[in-house]
Amino acid sequence: MLCENCKERQATVHLTKIINDEKYVQHLCEKCAREKGEFDFEFPSFSLQNLLSGLMNLDAQPAGQVMGFAAQKLQCDNCGLTYAQFGQLGRFGCSRCYDAFGERLVPLLRRIHGSTQHLGKIPRRAGGTLKLRRSIEELRQKLQEAVAREEFEQAAKLRDQIRELEEQAREGENNEQ
Amino acid sequence: MNSKQKKLSLKVSEWLRSPGPDGDIVLSSRVRLARNLRDIPFPYLASDSQSAAVLEQVRSMIPALSAAHGPVRVYTMDELDSLERQVLVEKHLISPALANNQQHNSAVLLRDDEIISIMVNEEDHLRIQCLLPGLQLERALQLAEEYDDLLEAKLDYAFNERWGYLTVCPTNVGTGLRASVMMHLPALMLTKQASRILQAIAQVGLAVRGIYGEGSEIKGNLVQISNQITLGQSSEEIVRNLYGVAKQVVEQETQARQILLNEGRDRIADRVNRSLGTLRYARLISSEEAMQLLSDVRLGVDLGLIEEVDGSILKELLLLHRPAYLQYLTGRNLDSFERDRARAKLIRLRLAGKQLHEREE
Repeated sequence: MLCENCKERQATVHLTKIINDEKYVQHLCEKCAREKGEFDFEFPSFSLQNLLSGLMNLDAQPAGQVMGFAAQKLQCDNCGLTYAQFGQLGRFGCSRCYDAFGERLVPLLRRIHGSTQHLGKIPRRAGGTLKLRRSIEELRQKLQEAVAREEFEQAAKLRDQIRELEEQAREGENNEQ
Repeated sequence: MNSKQKKLSLKVSEWLRSPGPDGDIVLSSRVRLARNLRDIPFPYLASDSQSAAVLEQVRSMIPALSAAHGPVRVYTMDELDSLERQVLVEKHLISPALANNQQHNSAVLLRDDEIISIMVNEEDHLRIQCLLPGLQLERALQLAEEYDDLLEAKLDYAFNERWGYLTVCPTNVGTGLRASVMMHLPALMLTKQASRILQAIAQVGLAVRGIYGEGSEIKGNLVQISNQITLGQSSEEIVRNLYGVAKQVVEQETQARQILLNEGRDRIADRVNRSLGTLRYARLISSEEAMQLLSDVRLGVDLGLIEEVDGSILKELLLLHRPAYLQYLTGRNLDSFERDRARAKLIRLRLAGKQLHEREE
């Protein structure tokens, strides 16, 4: 049977509607049925969430069951999402979930990104003194290199810069408290 | 709402009007940053008052955002009807997910030239998008980050030292950055080189797909290439990698075009001119057919085989013949037959040099 609408494709969707005791029958192809919105095709789609929970469950091997059980009980005290729910949804509930689930996230994120440390942009306010501390680390590195090359004048300059930044970082941390 | 009044501008977005660098092959560059507010449940879990508060906070930033590079306006999803939301999707200004989300105080902030759009209460609290014509990823990143900094000056972002910017989905955490380029690759498709190259791209941690988002087919020889990894690399690094790959693909496509010209000039000239003929005279045309023919004509223009058509018109048409935009333009609902007719007419008029903005009576 051909689709009543386009008369081109096979009718594979057969709709029977009963409105006020009157019966209407329609034979449509999938495309026309979808366009008419007569039928919502809800295929069980394989989503990113399925994939993520698959990745997470890799951790729950038989030998690790005890640990797995403990992890399931982890819960975020801010939004109430449990680790088990996170496993099903593949989504965090709020920013504090990251702290609540802590080290349990490491294998998952490593599998997704191949890394477990953010190296990009640091926001001005929310980053607190992180930016300063990263700069201090960089300068320390340079200081060591300068010392190794016996460039003591340069080293002294770097040392002063480091002190200054450390001072700023201390002030910043005091302000945060 | 009042159906006579159009809320949205029918204006063609900046990224569709001008070509930009490598604009014969790269149609657009896009950067989006996922950001969330500290401690507030993410949109899918937030209560109505919580998501309303998020929207309110973002709204309060409009004066500061507008002062930066031109006026920014807010549209909430519940004030737009489904057609208007779909128009924004077709213009790539909001995601289908945002368009379908009217419950969570979802909204979009749009800059007048439509280069910047900021989605509120989508999957994440905030998604800052910058869309530019041609291959200019670094510029897009720079612009998006400017708006990011403006917002962060007042809003309390969710960020931690280890995981970076905290997002709803673990696949976005870190930089929260998704960078993508939309490329027109007719010669690679015609010469059957595309799948080989696109597979290679997938092996270096980039995703390739059709232009209408995840899972969409490749239509009109348009592909979108984007980064997958967001953690452990800086935003600049991610953007540079993608730029490098895009440049390579540009080179491959350019070579393939040259081969087409050298080895089969008459055949390709015949094909693209036939396509132009069909577009000029067709009275009914489906979206799929239109995309394929427009892609041919665009290739003809790029190769110098068609001189009387301006390449930029084709870039607009490739996107603006979509169903919602057509219906918005004609001011009424159209069934699929009427859309095919309106589409054919729109293309005919535009190829004859007429403007789109005149309303049909």
